[in-house]
Amino acid sequence: MLELQHLTVTVPAEGGTTDILKDVSLTVEDRKFVVITGPNGGGKTTLAKVIMGLVAPTQGSILWNGEDVTGLSIAERAKKGISYGFQQPPRFKGMKVSDLLQIAAGRRLTHGEACGYLTQVGLCARDYVDRDVDVSLSGGEVKRIEIATVLAKDSDLMIFDEPEAGIDLWSFARLTETFKALHDRQDKTILIISHQERIIRLADEILLIAGGQVQERGPADQLYSRIMADTAAGCNRLEVDGTC
Amino acid sequence: MLNETQQKILQEVAGLAAIPAQGAVNIRTDGQKSFRRDSEHIHISSKADKDGIDIRIDPGTKAESVHIPVVVTKSGFHDTVYNDFFIGENADVRIVAGCGIHNCGDCDSQHDGIHTFYVGRNAKVTYVEKHYGEGEGAGKRVLNPQTILFLEEGASVTLETSQIRGVDDTKRYTRAVVGENAEIVIQEKLLTHGSQKAESEMDVYLNGAGSKTRVISRSVAQDQSVQIFYPRVEGNAPCFGHVSCDAIIMGEARVRAIPEITCNHVDAGLIHEAAIGKIAGEQILKLMTLGLTAEEAEEKILEGFLR
Repeated sequence: MLELQHLTVTVPAEGGTTDILKDVSLTVEDRKFVVITGPNGGGKTTLAKVIMGLVAPTQGSILWNGEDVTGLSIAERAKKGISYGFQQPPRFKGMKVSDLLQIAAGRRLTHGEACGYLTQVGLCARDYVDRDVDVSLSGGEVKRIEIATVLAKDSDLMIFDEPEAGIDLWSFARLTETFKALHDRQDKTILIISHQERIIRLADEILLIAGGQVQERGPADQLYSRIMADTAAGCNRLEVDGTC
Repeated sequence: MLNETQQKILQEVAGLAAIPAQGAVNIRTDGQKSFRRDSEHIHISSKADKDGIDIRIDPGTKAESVHIPVVVTKSGFHDTVYNDFFIGENADVRIVAGCGIHNCGDCDSQHDGIHTFYVGRNAKVTYVEKHYGEGEGAGKRVLNPQTILFLEEGASVTLETSQIRGVDDTKRYTRAVVGENAEIVIQEKLLTHGSQKAESEMDVYLNGAGSKTRVISRSVAQDQSVQIFYPRVEGNAPCFGHVSCDAIIMGEARVRAIPEITCNHVDAGLIHEAAIGKIAGEQILKLMTLGLTAEEAEEKILEGFLR
């Protein structure tokens, strides 16, 4: 179980400080598939990075399986079963796709295993497994390899940060199937930051985050229709209720 | 024949656990020939006028290799050797050279290998050269290789040179004169640490119509080490050349890259790129999310970069 208690992230801003996250508390039960959505700049990525240890909270704590991991390093959290797929993953000169997958898996992978992870993200494995993860790959390709590394790591908690960003429609369809399979297996806790209807509809629960706070939380079928109604009106209700 | 230290060095520079069962071989140890063998189409002979060997590869030779490693284990030993390669038309060969110095003493040990290649029409050569140093003595390990190449029409050469750790001082010079439709690819990998110095200078002359080159330099400078690169390409005919120098800088190291491209023909197309910088923080963070410590992540990044 993942428990976030009173998480606040404060950063310097013009004329003082600003809170990216404001006293966020929430619990995610094991093996739930939760989609985090909300307007840009609302604090979604910061929340994910705080869980992974990439951003330190100013206040509050993170409990994973009952253990307080707030003071643990990124690598220690990774070893305890937390993983995170970057929204904008880095490239590596000289490092092959298969190298990254093996680091993620923590063991040598057979050619077939490495290819399996790539197929799950819609990449033709034969063409990619021996390629360098460098500028010769497009943004969408690097992004899909990033998702494949999270799959290869096979952690109990997988966090994906806008997995759809930069991915073409055809590959996205394949990716949606992979997320659906993850959902149907129900053996991992999944947190996905997403704005895509097809991913949101897979969710057991939706978390709406805006202005650094959890604004709403509920089952996808109830919450999603309300979000869509707001969007259709041309102005986000969160913004109407908030600062807009 | 070879003692334990010499065998270890041989393994490092030429990947040889033992003398290869096949192909031509010449092993030079502390300035002396310690083993030589010809193969069916590759003939090695000592030079009459100076120290070194001639390696003659018959036209059309295929699937035969040449190993010519050099091992220096005496402190204070200075060795200069001239090796000339005559590669016949349509041959397709792999040549493995390399030099390792084990210096336990307080005097500098030095090996200067001057290699000249005459590559015949449509011949294909892969030349692998690894430099390595070890030993706890205060004496420096110095390697100053020169590689000079003449490529005839349609010839193709890939140079894979690397110096990973242990060499205190190096001045490398590579010159290639490239004929019609010939191509040379130069891949140089370098890692310096401590207070080591490395300088690499290259001149590639694209003289023939349709000639091509790619120069790829990857280096890592750690601690207080210093590296300087001068890759120069001159296009004197319709040709294509691409030079890319990439360096990772760490600690208090310093790296200078001064690429130069000269077009003396309207259809010469030359490009250079040079980038020097530290390891991107995002790369380390990414690998840490996969369970590596910052140190392990750095090691993996360097390993890939210099592969």
